Amino acid sequence: MNDGRPDQHESIGALERSAASRLRAFLSSPSATALLALGLVLAIGVAFSGDGAFHKWATHRDALRQASVYGILACGMTFVIITAGIDLSVGSVLALVAVMFSTLSIHEAWPPWLAVPACLALGGACGAASGLVVAKWRIQPFIVTLAMMVFARGLAKTLSGGMKVSTAVQLPDGSWTAAPVPGIFRLIDSRLLGDNISVVSLVFLACIALSWVILSRLRWGRYLYAIGGNEEAARLSGVPVAAMKVMAYALAGVFAAVAGLCQAAQEQQGDPEAGLGYELTAIAIVVIGGTSLMGGRGGIGLTLLGTLIIGYLDKILSVNAVPEASRLMLTGVIIIAAVLVQRRKD
Amino acid sequence: MTFMGGSPPSASSPSLLRMSRIAKSFGPNRVLREVDFELKAGEVHVLAGENGAGKSTLIRILGGALAADNGMIAIEGGPVRFRRPRDAADRGIAVIHQELSLVGSMSIADNLLLGREPGRLGWVDRAARAARARGVLERVGLRLDPDEPVSALPISSQQLVEIAKALSLGARIIVMDEPTSALSEPEVRRLFARIADLKAQGCGIIYITHRLEEIYALADRITVLRDGRVVASRPAGELPVGELVRLMVGRSIGDQAPRRAAAAGTVRLDLRRCRVRGEGAGRRPIVEDAALQVRSGEILGLVGLEGSGVSELLWAMFGALGKRAEVEMEIDGQTRRMSSPRAAIAAGIALVTNDRRRSGLVLSMDVVENATLAALPRFSPLGRLRRREEIEHTARTAGQLNLRCASLRQRVATLSGGNQQKVVLAKWMATHPRVLLLDDPTRGVDVGAKHEIYLLMNEWSRQGCGIILSSSEWPELLQVSDRIMVMHRGRVAASFRGGQATAADLLRAAMGHAIHE
Repeated sequence: MNDGRPDQHESIGALERSAASRLRAFLSSPSATALLALGLVLAIGVAFSGDGAFHKWATHRDALRQASVYGILACGMTFVIITAGIDLSVGSVLALVAVMFSTLSIHEAWPPWLAVPACLALGGACGAASGLVVAKWRIQPFIVTLAMMVFARGLAKTLSGGMKVSTAVQLPDGSWTAAPVPGIFRLIDSRLLGDNISVVSLVFLACIALSWVILSRLRWGRYLYAIGGNEEAARLSGVPVAAMKVMAYALAGVFAAVAGLCQAAQEQQGDPEAGLGYELTAIAIVVIGGTSLMGGRGGIGLTLLGTLIIGYLDKILSVNAVPEASRLMLTGVIIIAAVLVQRRKD
Repeated sequence: MTFMGGSPPSASSPSLLRMSRIAKSFGPNRVLREVDFELKAGEVHVLAGENGAGKSTLIRILGGALAADNGMIAIEGGPVRFRRPRDAADRGIAVIHQELSLVGSMSIADNLLLGREPGRLGWVDRAARAARARGVLERVGLRLDPDEPVSALPISSQQLVEIAKALSLGARIIVMDEPTSALSEPEVRRLFARIADLKAQGCGIIYITHRLEEIYALADRITVLRDGRVVASRPAGELPVGELVRLMVGRSIGDQAPRRAAAAGTVRLDLRRCRVRGEGAGRRPIVEDAALQVRSGEILGLVGLEGSGVSELLWAMFGALGKRAEVEMEIDGQTRRMSSPRAAIAAGIALVTNDRRRSGLVLSMDVVENATLAALPRFSPLGRLRRREEIEHTARTAGQLNLRCASLRQRVATLSGGNQQKVVLAKWMATHPRVLLLDDPTRGVDVGAKHEIYLLMNEWSRQGCGIILSSSEWPELLQVSDRIMVMHRGRVAASFRGGQATAADLLRAAMGHAIHE
């Protein structure tokens, strides 16, 4: 590596940057902006603590639990958005899986080690189907996943007969009785570590960790960034563009399925109407975090921050008893503000 | 030389357009320097020059798409100032581009009368509309049903519809930029007849083409641009072919391209046949039955003007045109199907495209990520990225290429053109190619980077790569190539041994002038 050419030292020496320039680079990065936004939200929480509710750990535990299902959806959405795509179907896939999981666990008495993989496969299949249409026929992701959103919702209603799939069971004589809540439901809905953290939150954090490995440590992740950054250059560099797109949408489907499992367990039922509009929250989380809808830029760390921002915002408004109407309006304003701040960085 | 009807305008014909002392720079790159250009009523004025001479920049300034740094534009004696394309259109300037601006899915009448439909209170009078559209079409000799969608027309008719639209908007200055590139011979003749009509109606026409026969069939006057300057502006009759070609290429040959000893070995790549269909129905093929061979260690120069099919040929050999291309090819004696760039890379081919920002680099990624992208499986056995190895490879290659960057983690968007091109080359060095296809690799890079790119090519050929080099910088190409093939309208029109041809020979062949030897 060293044949004494001065230029070489220059380029290799450039690898090691001074601490000051690293700090400067960090401060201008999307992560810094997202952290700043989260800090701001937390500061608001301290200022308007809802008679001290914000200072209790239980409030934070619940904020994290309530944000977890959205966060899990956002993990999958991050893959798709990094390829410059979008997936509108995740809310419907969540409902489909919730219905399927409840049916299998409560009524068909499938053991969890069979029911869970089956549900993940169903979600993955929905996503892969969208991805295949996007990649092979080059139809806009918005349209394809809009179609999948409608289709999966219809399938959920068909499987459930339009009713919530609950533990209520009608006996042959017409009377109703309650089937036992499956153990897997209770497990997902429980809290660990002395009641201090919800299992759902741990599932969310595991999803974040898994996504991070795929995006930052595996070849696949690099390919996804390349496709989103410049699809033509990626194709001409031998990136298997179609296969990678199918994978991104399939992952979004699998994560939607995980969210569906959590949703079913928390509600102890499979509601075919569940997850309405969740896809939009998931997109908002990804965008507020700072991942670019244009593709190629962003990451799962940003999605974690985005989930916390949205989750805490919602919690702070609710402990202060702000009516839902105002909360929605405020969320809209914050999405625009976040995007404006992110754009400044480009 | 003008055999098309109408008498050539005399010196006393009124001046329709006068552009004086137009200057334009892009960064440090001076594209136009003090350009004067005059167009008279009833005149066809051909703007000639090599790729990159500044023709399209001048036209974009005239069309209001680009603001000049300096200079004046006057129409019929009155100075004008264009802030956007609309301003130019309002003053009677119409630019007919190679890519037409009609809305394909709308009817001819809708396209012609967009925003000016006859009728009252938003109620469209269909009969009046059709009649008006027919009248407009007749000015260019088209008899068509105005209700037909534009996309159903052949390109040549679409072009005429666009001209008709320009005329109906009162255009008197019509710019045609390579209008025949997608046309068949009969269509070309039809277009020329219409141009003669336009002259008779008192329009002035600025015509850009790379084909000698068209220049002499149409031109009343020829202005030659070279490196952003007007080097001649004369009546066509006073500018014979040889003189025109000499004026176009008369550029000093720098020493950016170092000489090397040629040592050609066995046949690396044998392209038996290549055909590339045009995009859209009814277009002529872009490449027709091209064939070539490259030996190990050989540099084959491939030359052609815009629209000649050189880039498409290279893309087809790289599997990048998909089903549009039919390619029969052998590499090291083995038949290979180039179904995708992925397959081509696996077969040992690399392609440096002529537009690194659009198709060479992922600008949002850093130097390391770009440099390893094409060989990523090698840096990620079992899928797990080995960052350390990636950085080591990139640092080593960056040293060899003299890549200058503040950090290897720097986004390539922030690098200079020459350094960006070195990142592209680093990407292909990682794949250890056997055949290199280089499409204008020195476009827009500084002299130092250029020199290093040529040194690297020499190194590659010494290691036994077969190299196909296309370049818009012909003097350099003449210096480094062992053989040179010239393409014209999708076919290989001539081939020369290195050192035996001049830039003028190449240009003559590239413009479709038959070679008499």
